[in-house]
Amino acid sequence: MEKRVVFRSAWLPYALLAPQIAITVVFFFLPAAQAAWYSFQLQDAFGLRSEFVGLQNFEALFASPQYLQSFRTTAVFSVLVAFFGLAISLLLATMADRVLRGALAYKTFLIWPYAVAPAIAGVLWAFLFAPSIGVVTYFLRKFGVDWNWIINGDQAMLLIVIASVWKQISYNFLFFLAGLQSIPRSLIEAAAIDGAGPARRFWTIVFPLLSPTTFFLLVVNIVYAFFDTFGVIDATTQGGPAADTQILVYKVYYDGVKAADLGGSSAQSVILMLIVVALTALQFRFVEKKVQY
Amino acid sequence: MVENRPWLNFLSHAVLIAGVLMVAFPIYVTFVASTLTLEQILQMPMPLMPGDQFFVNYSQVLRAGTVGGSQASMAHMMSNSLVMALGIALGKIAISIIASFAIVYFRFPLRNFFFWMIFVTLMLPVEVRIIPTFKVVSDLGMLNSYVGLTLPLIASATATFLFRQFFLTVPEELAEAARIDGAGPMRFFIDVLLPLSKTSIAALFVIQFIYGWNQYLWPLLITSDESMYTAVIGIKRMITGGDAANEWQLVMAAAMLALLPPAAVVVLMQKWFVRGLVETEK
Repeated sequence: MEKRVVFRSAWLPYALLAPQIAITVVFFFLPAAQAAWYSFQLQDAFGLRSEFVGLQNFEALFASPQYLQSFRTTAVFSVLVAFFGLAISLLLATMADRVLRGALAYKTFLIWPYAVAPAIAGVLWAFLFAPSIGVVTYFLRKFGVDWNWIINGDQAMLLIVIASVWKQISYNFLFFLAGLQSIPRSLIEAAAIDGAGPARRFWTIVFPLLSPTTFFLLVVNIVYAFFDTFGVIDATTQGGPAADTQILVYKVYYDGVKAADLGGSSAQSVILMLIVVALTALQFRFVEKKVQY
Repeated sequence: MVENRPWLNFLSHAVLIAGVLMVAFPIYVTFVASTLTLEQILQMPMPLMPGDQFFVNYSQVLRAGTVGGSQASMAHMMSNSLVMALGIALGKIAISIIASFAIVYFRFPLRNFFFWMIFVTLMLPVEVRIIPTFKVVSDLGMLNSYVGLTLPLIASATATFLFRQFFLTVPEELAEAARIDGAGPMRFFIDVLLPLSKTSIAALFVIQFIYGWNQYLWPLLITSDESMYTAVIGIKRMITGGDAANEWQLVMAAAMLALLPPAAVVVLMQKWFVRGLVETEK
């Protein structure tokens, strides 16, 4: 879509674009190019000299069990976050779409965790589940569950999944609710007249019609689990115990900042960029096609 | 509603109430913990009714952080967060709205090139280019400064898109009329386009304010000076040791304070918030 009526000026459009472009170049393209450049370099232990090593950093990464483990951890984590985040919010949105009384109140009470910073969400849940003083820990012990995420990798993973899902529910809920409300009532009424019960109507009409929203949210949630959960993890497990919750983004940070391995960390950045590009391309492709109707 | 099914209505309300409780539970416990003494929190289980230390804890945190650990004042850190959130939200809106104006209302060489340049940044979140971005900011001498906190985060593809979408729906006749009346492009922008964009600006502001306030990794990297900590970082710094070593009542009071401003923005500006969210992501 283009405008028919346009203004003419030899310099004004460039001046208007200048701030945005300048910031994009200085803080996006320059660093991204540098990341790509460093990823082909190997620095000596003091960071004084570096030499060009080609794909060696990448080879080292894919030969490293820790890095492959981090891939697996990330996959498990993002599948769990996306699945539970979508399932719970779809259930809540379907129910909220049904009720007449109190719908606005429910909505208000469900959306505000969006405002909570991931790091704070992490702190809150870490406190609830704290091994020696947590409220939830206390009740779990009563039921005979030995809860200590500081030393148990699976429990640490569960903790970061719960905290990440909790924070993301409100976002998914809003999109599902908007999706549900845009489904024509006449379709559902017709099915009801034909004798289809609520469960049947949901699975044969509502759920398929909702698939564009679901697909969009699936990609958004995976991206969220990949990148935005950094705060959750840094505030709770910090990748531990023994790297059991060290997702890719956390490893980039850890190797680059804490372990000062510039080449390895940059190579990881480059791989992450490729993953984001793939996810974004996937999203656009399918959103264009509207999935299926 | 298609038909009346009392048991299903009951179930719906039950599920929703369970959902609300699940969402509210951590915040309730946090609030309770922020009104207790440390001794009360450390007993197993901690009380689940608010105590009487509300003013003691909150005034301590606002004035001087924790007693034993980080002593950065929460009031100061919240003002840093406010500067950062406002800087990012207003900065993004300002540079994006003029950039979209140029892209929609002008024809010039390299227009598509610039558009794609902005578009690609969608794909490069801060998290994947941490170290080189840090180096750039450090070379520019922006560590521990408000400029360093805000400037690298204000380039925004989403905001540029939103305004572009909106400008494309503005009737052609308005620009035509402005041109016939002899108004220049900037005059048209200020007198016609800006007033029309009010709702988009409000919606975007809510989303970007929350985004800015909740930033974590970036301020963590570039602030080493306590006086530049933001509220979210401050809380992380208050947690120093194991379960019993932290002054939990103060950490929890700080957490309540840090989540209050963005939560208030969401609840009070719900209409704009929902609009902004659904529109920026489309």
